[in-house]
Amino acid sequence: MANVISDETIEYVGILAKLELSDEEKEAAKKDMASMLDYIDKLGELDTTGVEPMSHVFPVNNVMREDVVTNGDGSEATLANAPECNESGFIVPKTVES
Amino acid sequence: MKDYEVVIGLEVHVELATKTKIFCGCSTEFGGAPNSHTCPVCTGMPGSLPVLNKKVVEYAAAVGLATNCTITQDCKFDRKNYFYPDNPQNYQISQLYLPICRNGHVDVKLADGTEKTIRIHEIHMEEDAGKLIHDEWEGVSYVDYNRSGVPLIEIVSEPDMRSAEEVIAYLTKLRTTIQYLGASDCKLQEGSMRADVNLSVRERGSSEFGTRTETKNLNSFAAIERAIKAETARQIDLIEAGEKVVQETRRWNDDKEYSYAMRSKEDAQDYRYFPDPDLVPIHISDEYLAELKAKQPEFKDEKKARYMEEFELPEYDAEILTDSKKFTEIFEEATAICNQPKKVSNWIMGETMRLMKEESAKTGREFRAEELTFSPASLAKIITLVEKKEINNAAAKEIFEHVFAENVDVDAYVEEHGLKQVNDEGALRATVEKVIADNPQSVADYKGGKKQAIGYLVGQTMKAMQGKANPGMVNALLQELLK
Repeated sequence: MANVISDETIEYVGILAKLELSDEEKEAAKKDMASMLDYIDKLGELDTTGVEPMSHVFPVNNVMREDVVTNGDGSEATLANAPECNESGFIVPKTVES
Repeated sequence: MKDYEVVIGLEVHVELATKTKIFCGCSTEFGGAPNSHTCPVCTGMPGSLPVLNKKVVEYAAAVGLATNCTITQDCKFDRKNYFYPDNPQNYQISQLYLPICRNGHVDVKLADGTEKTIRIHEIHMEEDAGKLIHDEWEGVSYVDYNRSGVPLIEIVSEPDMRSAEEVIAYLTKLRTTIQYLGASDCKLQEGSMRADVNLSVRERGSSEFGTRTETKNLNSFAAIERAIKAETARQIDLIEAGEKVVQETRRWNDDKEYSYAMRSKEDAQDYRYFPDPDLVPIHISDEYLAELKAKQPEFKDEKKARYMEEFELPEYDAEILTDSKKFTEIFEEATAICNQPKKVSNWIMGETMRLMKEESAKTGREFRAEELTFSPASLAKIITLVEKKEINNAAAKEIFEHVFAENVDVDAYVEEHGLKQVNDEGALRATVEKVIADNPQSVADYKGGKKQAIGYLVGQTMKAMQGKANPGMVNALLQELLK
């Protein structure tokens, strides 16, 4: 494998993804990520000079809707997904900004 | 102490005045029960598909045109990834790579009369997050996703401002421009306009920027001014003490007039932006752009100049009227009917603003011009009646109070309350004669040289006629009869 994922990188990616990995899982993830990067590196072999970066595969644009209210009270369906809720909304562990 | 200069750039979020959210047909109306304006799209359910609201593109591009931006005719949305309970998708749909507007500027006028250009780096479209309510007692937070997906534009300036005054002038200009477009109501207090202040200090004359901080949670122009002064002083103190300014986000507490650092280092600020695959690119055609340009309204500066030229209003009047789009609508509509521009202006700046102030004092919150609901036609009618001497000024004020509060029909009110002015000389003369007969002391005073005694006699006459007498005629009659 050409790419090597460092301990710091896997730690950092774990923080970003909000994942707590065991040591074995970290080692496995490092291997997986390295092979993924190797695979992606193949793209570098292509000469893309003069090719516009593409964000979407279909040549479609301007899919838009009119500014008209189509949805009614969705609270019941939305709150059905809440692990915990009351009339004030979803209940989550206290988020503190400090 | 060295001579320092403050360098400020602003990020201004403006909530657009659409009826629905940016990517779904949920209502944006304020004040619904928690989570009532939600659906699978704005709560980030797997498999849901966002579809862009046309009006958002229209408003964003219109604001860009009004602020001299170049419109990015091929633009797209990107995902900004982060975890927070107010963000149900775990990413915010925003624009990083190709924001809809770029390289604009607005010109502001400062108190000393100088003009300054503030450059706009970009304006991008994005979605708002949900609202978190903290319960100190239970130690939990509640999340309401009604705001999630409400369309915003973020206007990012260049670091071109050098004082709180310039910041306020820039924000005022943005606000008026956006209000004239009808793209947002821009209420700072209610959060439909929010400004984050990026601020650094440097020695005057230096060409390098100092380390900047970002201050959030600024809910009024006064708070912005206080926060700028406090943050400037804090950074200068650090530098003077030989310490370093840390690049961080700070939250302003306006009650304590103090800011504190919001995010710790563990919160990595790595948003891993990438193009949103669910939303296809936007192409803004030349024709559409031309159409938007043609639809741009007459803005404050042009309108002010026209009011001074076409209606011969003093600059003072024109400035105040054009401060609010609502005032200009009332002014133009009433003037078109009664053709008395200066009188209409006086009524807006006088009685209307007085009643607005009274209302604010009563409710304890600012009564804004946008909340005015009285009919400009009724104001025109009142002005016309005064002009034709059918009612006097006192009656006009009384009627207007009721027009202001409950839009009463002017003619019906005049009729019902018998406010028609008495211009009949015979009737007036009889009353004046009686008042003279009943008040020998005042008559003697007047004749003895105390000319102000006539005021009392005018008052007595008005009283005898229930306020309906033509005051000019009463005055003339008294002078004649007391000769």
